[in-house]
Amino acid sequence: MSQSSKRIRYVLKRLLQAIPIILAIVVLNFFLLQLAEGDAVDVLAGEAGSATPEYMAELRAKFGLDQPLIVQLGVYLKNVVMLDLGYSFRHEMPVSQLVFDRFIPTLILMSSTIVIAVGFGIILGLIAATGLNTWRDTAISVFALITYATPLFWVGLMLIVVFSLNLGWFPTSGMENFAMFYTGWDRVVDIAHHLVLPTITLSLFYLALYTRLMRASVLEQQGEDYVTTARAKGLTERRIVFVHVLRNALLPVVTMAGVQVGALIGGSVIVESVFAWPGLGMLAFEALFSRDLNLLLGIFLLSASLVVAVNLVVDIIYSLLDPRIEVS
Amino acid sequence: MTRLLDIRDLHVALPAGGQRAHAVKAADLHLEENEILCVVGESGSGKSLTARAVMGLLPKPHVHISQGEVMFQGEDLAKASEARMRQIRGSDISMIFQEPMTALNPVMTIGNQIDEVFRFHENMPGKERRARALKLLEDVQLPDPEQTLDAYPHQLSGGQRQRAMIAMALALDPKILIADEPTTALDVTTQAQVLKLIKEMQAEHGTGVLFITHDFGVVADIADRVAVMQNGLVVETGTTEEVLRNPQHPYTQGLMAAVPSLTPRAARARSDESVLSVNKLVKTYSSGGGLFGGKARVVHAAKEVTFDLARGETLGIVGESGSGKSTVARCIVRLNDAEAGEIMLGDTDLRPLGRSAMRAHRSKIQMVFQDPFASLNPRTKVGKIIAQGPLLYGASPEEARARALELLEIVGLDDRAYDRFPHEFSGGQRQRIGIARALALEPQILVADEPVSALDVSIQAQILELLDSIRDRMNLSMVFITHDLRVAAQVCDRIAVMRRGEVVEIGATEGIFANPQHEYTRDLLSAVPGKGWFASETAAAAG
Repeated sequence: MSQSSKRIRYVLKRLLQAIPIILAIVVLNFFLLQLAEGDAVDVLAGEAGSATPEYMAELRAKFGLDQPLIVQLGVYLKNVVMLDLGYSFRHEMPVSQLVFDRFIPTLILMSSTIVIAVGFGIILGLIAATGLNTWRDTAISVFALITYATPLFWVGLMLIVVFSLNLGWFPTSGMENFAMFYTGWDRVVDIAHHLVLPTITLSLFYLALYTRLMRASVLEQQGEDYVTTARAKGLTERRIVFVHVLRNALLPVVTMAGVQVGALIGGSVIVESVFAWPGLGMLAFEALFSRDLNLLLGIFLLSASLVVAVNLVVDIIYSLLDPRIEVS
Repeated sequence: MTRLLDIRDLHVALPAGGQRAHAVKAADLHLEENEILCVVGESGSGKSLTARAVMGLLPKPHVHISQGEVMFQGEDLAKASEARMRQIRGSDISMIFQEPMTALNPVMTIGNQIDEVFRFHENMPGKERRARALKLLEDVQLPDPEQTLDAYPHQLSGGQRQRAMIAMALALDPKILIADEPTTALDVTTQAQVLKLIKEMQAEHGTGVLFITHDFGVVADIADRVAVMQNGLVVETGTTEEVLRNPQHPYTQGLMAAVPSLTPRAARARSDESVLSVNKLVKTYSSGGGLFGGKARVVHAAKEVTFDLARGETLGIVGESGSGKSTVARCIVRLNDAEAGEIMLGDTDLRPLGRSAMRAHRSKIQMVFQDPFASLNPRTKVGKIIAQGPLLYGASPEEARARALELLEIVGLDDRAYDRFPHEFSGGQRQRIGIARALALEPQILVADEPVSALDVSIQAQILELLDSIRDRMNLSMVFITHDLRVAAQVCDRIAVMRRGEVVEIGATEGIFANPQHEYTRDLLSAVPGKGWFASETAAAAG
């Protein structure tokens, strides 16, 4: 069997395996959320200020919240299988539409963050390791340490203060300027302009992490025997670093990046709040406080699928980078 | 003859503050065209650093040439610029290494790795480069060169990888080939083939080979001339005949004497009392497969292995890597669980015993491991390492301490070792600690898994002597796993030869060496390097 058809079979197999995993996550999340005190009716009643117990019971019956848990779970699972994620009483919209609308901004923010963090992390790590104990190494290590130790929200606020308020280079918040009704290329530029500060904020922490990881990885690989072999062949240091060491050193970074995509969604809540970025993180935050469990479950389901998909992509990349890993 | 390389008064300095100021001091060596010069010595003798100094591959800047010259065709390599050295490396002087597994880049095909040599030293079109690479792989007798070009290192066996390394080193027909222990990591039959290949290639191209090794057997088989190094000094040089037949320097004499003879020592009477009998032991390893099906790869590490062990006897299990010899050892000690068969210790079958039932029997079988560096906990003091066992089995702290001190004396270590950490000891001393630890529970059976293969030959002789004396003194029975037939000849009363999980032949050591029945045993015996060169070896042993 050729390598590519092997790979396709592998992807199909992995997708099949993902179904029970995601269902299990749905069930687990469902029970986890039941552990929280109160439900949507409590919040609605509280906000209304005066609600009789009879009215609350009526609302619960209407939302199906008076049913036994197991029945509620059954109904929910059935709907999920039919790709119906339910209705958000809070936003008065179907959950799937709500979640999908918010998913695009999150995806934009996440992908740009990953590209920046991994890309620059690799470059900085490589520069630091090849100039070990020189001023470059010291400068990069100090930079990594500082960004690693600085809280996300503070970085976000400071960036706004400096670059938006004082210098006026970037907008303070939002994803696009609705008032201008941009279309086509202009809209892309506008979104990219809004994207700069949130991406920098979110990626700084991970950038520091990957820089340090890459530096350690390159240093480790430089001590390997095959590097000596490469020198014995008369190769230049440049060729040794970029062809021999780089590919081997990338492996741990790719692994780490794959694992952290899940954490990125969590980290984006803070950044989305600071920059009023209309993404999933913000939505989850709101849903949590209004006990909009349907919506929360929908967000969790989407995040879980995203993590499963990213892990698959990482495994494929890994098998491309390292021939010792066989997909089967 | 033209003199290719002339190393005069070479000093290689070590980082300041170390134990020694120089790894190599005042080394004088020279290499002629079309000859193989073996540089022999034990670890720390400076032989590898001498080779790397020639290549300009010392771990700079800490380790550097502080004095002397390395003359190569009228040019002093010790003073050559880095750019000039890059030109020379890979084209005029090339090198092969000990560990063929790690010396090749794991994520690059063999073809690409050979191709780099051409690309960096010659100007030739891609097609020609590929054709030349193909020719090289054919020359080193790799099966299916076409496919090997596109293979990754992990897809080749150790011997094939080393062949690929040799192909790469010979790509531009270098004047000097430096081989740093190129066969040490290989099995004995593979080693014989690779040595033969190096010799053939050398003769064909008239290359000068600087061959670094610790193994006098290999020296005897391959060298034209020999240089013996000790503590950074060349103590003796001469033709192979001169040095091996008639060593002048006491150090060379000592090393030669320490090489175990292939002639088995006199047989001892065998006791009738059987302490351990292993019956049709089966162990398989499988990989792949899993929750959602898929084909699993199954390796039979032990296929119906059967033997018994008499009181006071040493049974050797001999075989190459992957033969299952270590698996059998680990199954006996119950570090691995065998799937079927019996491990009878007296009247008890140990194989099916659970954790708690096994506890009562653990103390009776103890193990000595191969790697004296990895098998001792670096954060635990030596005394505690030894005393831990008795403490677990209910000895009072005073008793355990007394026992540990007694054992330290038995294995030839000072009382002061008790309060030290393992890293303060040398390899040989650590192996002594490992033996003391195994003896602390007063076992009936000692299972030793390659206990001397990580040690220098002179240390190896001491440890073998120690194991022998302990066996007699404590009336121990021993299962001795080894890949080295020389060691087996000197230690074992009986030998079981294993291949691919099967015992192909078992019998008294003398009988097997004099008259091997199985073809594989004959192959193993004929592959042992340096037959007939060492003390008291008869023609019969050379077989």
